[in-house]
Amino acid sequence: MSETAIFLLDGEEVPFEPGQTVIQAALSAGRYIPHLCYHPEFKPHGSCKVCTVKVNGRTAASCTLPAQAGLDVESDTEEINELRRTLVQMLFAEGNHFCPSCEKSGNCTLQALGYDLGVMTAGFRHFFPDRPVDASHPDILLDFNRCILCELCVRASCEVDDKCVFALSGRGLSKHLVVNAESGLLADTDIALTDKAMEVCPVGVILKKRVGFAQPIGRRRYDPDPISAQALRDAPRPPTGAGHCAACEVEE
Amino acid sequence: MTETRGDSAAPPPELADILARHGGKPHRLLQVLLEIQASRQRISPQVAVEVAESLGVPVARVRGVIGFYAFLAEKPWGRYRVLFSDNITDRMLGNMELLTALCEKLWVEKGRMSEDGLVSVDTTSCTGLCDQGPAILVNGRAIANITPQRLERIAELILAQTPLEAWPEELFAIEDHIHRKDILLDHGLQPGDALRAALARGAESQAEQAANARSWREGHGGGPSGPAATLEEIKRANLRGRGGAGFTTGLKWEACRNAPGKIRYVVCNADEGEPGTFKDRVLLRAYADLVFEGMTVCAYAIGASHGFLYLRGEYRFLLEPLNEVLARRRAAKLLGPSILGQAGFDFDIEIHLGAGAYVCGEESALIESLEGKRGVPRNRPPYPVTHGYLQQPTTVNNVETFCAAALIAKHGGDWYRAIGTAKSAGTKLLSVAGDCARPGIYEYPFGTSVRQVLEDCGAVNTLAVQISGPSGVCIDGSEFDRRIAFEDLPTAGAFTVFDSRRDMFEVARNYTHFFAHESCGFCTPCRVGTAMLKATMDKIAEGHGTPYDLAEIEKLDKVLHLSAHCGLGHTACNPTLDTLKRFRPMYERRLKSLEFEPAFDLDGALARARQMTGRDDAGAHLSMESEP
Amino acid sequence: MNAPVETKKKLRVATTSLAGCFGCHMSFLDIDERLFPLLDLIEFDRSPLTDIKHCGPCDIGIVEGGICNAENVHVLREFRRNCKILIAIGACAVTGGLPAQRNHLDLGDCLSEVYLTEGGLEHGLIPNDPELPLPLDKVHPLHEVVKVDYFIPGCPPSADAIWKFLTDLIAGRTPKLGHGLIKYD
Repeated sequence: MSETAIFLLDGEEVPFEPGQTVIQAALSAGRYIPHLCYHPEFKPHGSCKVCTVKVNGRTAASCTLPAQAGLDVESDTEEINELRRTLVQMLFAEGNHFCPSCEKSGNCTLQALGYDLGVMTAGFRHFFPDRPVDASHPDILLDFNRCILCELCVRASCEVDDKCVFALSGRGLSKHLVVNAESGLLADTDIALTDKAMEVCPVGVILKKRVGFAQPIGRRRYDPDPISAQALRDAPRPPTGAGHCAACEVEE
Repeated sequence: MTETRGDSAAPPPELADILARHGGKPHRLLQVLLEIQASRQRISPQVAVEVAESLGVPVARVRGVIGFYAFLAEKPWGRYRVLFSDNITDRMLGNMELLTALCEKLWVEKGRMSEDGLVSVDTTSCTGLCDQGPAILVNGRAIANITPQRLERIAELILAQTPLEAWPEELFAIEDHIHRKDILLDHGLQPGDALRAALARGAESQAEQAANARSWREGHGGGPSGPAATLEEIKRANLRGRGGAGFTTGLKWEACRNAPGKIRYVVCNADEGEPGTFKDRVLLRAYADLVFEGMTVCAYAIGASHGFLYLRGEYRFLLEPLNEVLARRRAAKLLGPSILGQAGFDFDIEIHLGAGAYVCGEESALIESLEGKRGVPRNRPPYPVTHGYLQQPTTVNNVETFCAAALIAKHGGDWYRAIGTAKSAGTKLLSVAGDCARPGIYEYPFGTSVRQVLEDCGAVNTLAVQISGPSGVCIDGSEFDRRIAFEDLPTAGAFTVFDSRRDMFEVARNYTHFFAHESCGFCTPCRVGTAMLKATMDKIAEGHGTPYDLAEIEKLDKVLHLSAHCGLGHTACNPTLDTLKRFRPMYERRLKSLEFEPAFDLDGALARARQMTGRDDAGAHLSMESEP
Repeated sequence: MNAPVETKKKLRVATTSLAGCFGCHMSFLDIDERLFPLLDLIEFDRSPLTDIKHCGPCDIGIVEGGICNAENVHVLREFRRNCKILIAIGACAVTGGLPAQRNHLDLGDCLSEVYLTEGGLEHGLIPNDPELPLPLDKVHPLHEVVKVDYFIPGCPPSADAIWKFLTDLIAGRTPKLGHGLIKYD
């Protein structure tokens, strides 16, 4: 028998192409695996761990796990969904997520994931960190209170925009986003409204000013259908930009 | 706060010197920052911009690297920065009392710089001097055996603003404390002996010759004939990594040798950060030739031309002596081009410093750090043996592993595997510390019982032993017949003894703080989970714990085990769960009630309002217990 | 199946609003005509709807609002002591909500600004009447002060969400809100 490029996801066959990860193949096939830091246009990152699956008895992040013939992947099981719920709860407890006063509500991936997984409470003690906002830029607000440290903006700005406006500093619980300016203020960077980095924030950190409620609550992305019913939206697609940041690839 | 001198206007010349010396290479970033930190005690935003421009990286990345490492800072710490090692063994020796005394003497608050910008006092993770603690670092220089008298002297030197270089040399004395020697510590080799043996070991079969040709195809031509034979000896020896994970060294070398790549690297992991471990410190100080010889043997076997020794920042005092050894070996043709006259056998070693990040002991994080980045463990696969330093095949081994490799090159695999047990060949160095009469280094054949070690080091009334540090296991008296071996008690070397006076809850709590402090923050479960675990242990310590909190610890452990990115997260709950299993009463006597209690002090939460209103009536207070 | 209502003992339910806005109670009343069948199954103890001042033994306690002062703590403890099942309802009870957005500020600075230094104030004074409950330095969700059994998020949760939750719970099913009913905003 020739190598059949197929693995099992919750008992159903999923075809894949060489080089695809498990999540890429699953999303291409319209099969949803919950995720936060994965984005179809960027290199896999594997930090949020929400896309964790069980493969042949061991757990792994499906966004960095190479697809292989014969894998037996469990995703939609009570054990794994309970793990995902806890991870989402941890993120809610870590930052300051006040959905009623957030203009991203309804378009927020973290929130949609919480709805879909049935997260009713953060459960843990809230850290209530002090994270001042950066309102220095005339057109863009950075509200770090909601940052989940997924690095999507970091990757978009480096890989696509070729600017590296964002980077991470600190470590552990004090890990935080910094911007590429001596002053540390967004106004002093070369970010533009048209940048890819402006589009990818899954939560309400990077916000265009003055348009927060142009799209009314109730008619937002996750209002009609739960996030799990929108899998193909996250299916792999080629990068939209051709930016390349020399500093991102020290080795080349 | 005003800028420290020299940081304001034009940059002083040494910044340009530092930058020029590193030739604008982005992967030199961490080394550049360490040098700047050493000369100015900080890296200001303006300097960060200059570094960024010189190396061609975004300034945000420079600041990201500064923020990652505990020994780098944008804000000034004062002209003297005193850091108290805060391993549990330091605690047991009274480091906190000493810290408080020093703060009082210097008029500073822990963690804050003094008003005059002279000094700051804080804690740091284990500095690897547990056999001669309590220990401190002053501007990165290690000082052991802190006593109130020695501390008094240090305080006076600081107040007199005596430059560190002018402090009396005896303050910085570090002892080796070797108490038991076996084949490694008693090796009897002269520099070059192992290499000569390796070079002399000819290929005996056609298969070996073919393998040799492939090994040397890239970079070395068809000259020497012994690499495959040397590799064969390493495999035959059944040598396994001494850093804790115990991966088979021969397989690692072979995979690296066979991986396609332009250039191969040998990396010695001397980032000995596991609290309670200090055997690499002794090897690097007293056995540096053996370490470098082992690295060179590895280079010979896998066809590498370049080597790094990643030296943890806490061992900065070893840098100059190690560089002297390297220079001596170069002069003796044991390093450099055509080693021992063998055409094509070119190999040299460079020392990189770490900067206070335990997670860099994980091999892929170490490689990231070598490349000048934040020390975040990579996604694996691919593994370093195929995609390591600069994405090239790289072998990363522990200091002790290289020493063992040198012995095997000299004496052969059969000789080595005859020592120890069937599954654990050779000997193991233990870093014995804690409650015992003779802390220090003990080398034993694998298979030695814990009881034997306890007897030899003079431990009495032993309650528990933490094997291999907080990421290892904690065992109690019923388990002292267990053996140091991969098949029973695998260890990176830490052997921390606790006698019956000790409170194992506090031991676990100290380790919990360590993990939270050292989590790199990359993945959600570890970043948030270690902080939650720390908060829960603190809650129990403050007397607000309930069975609910013990259940929460188990929940956190499950999440960390299932989904953390690397070993730090996987093992972060181990000290708590181990001690909970073996010493549960030490937890339960702290649980005040069976009902849920808040983690914070309710009455304390009203203190600010009382202060602002001037009230102190009964209604202005809250008790912790629910009134009936 | 449908046992006569009279023979079945009604569940006793208490409700209260702590550091909240009564919006969750309003939403509860929004279940409209379904209140009638609900009242066949439950009866109210302490609640803004009954004006009973103290909670007696109850089957279910429903608490809106977070914990921002000493009185909130006393009331919440009274509920926890008396209710077999305690439900946190609404964003404030579940997360601290909007009042918790003061948590990164120093309470003293807040009080000073409001009562002493804000423009237009003369002879300001921070109220110190012992009748007034003192504010806590931070606002907490309920589960940080007592054990909470169930959570209904939302600001407020919709009437349909409340109805679904309560009917599930009363029927002995694990309450489950599907898409469209579970909301955090």
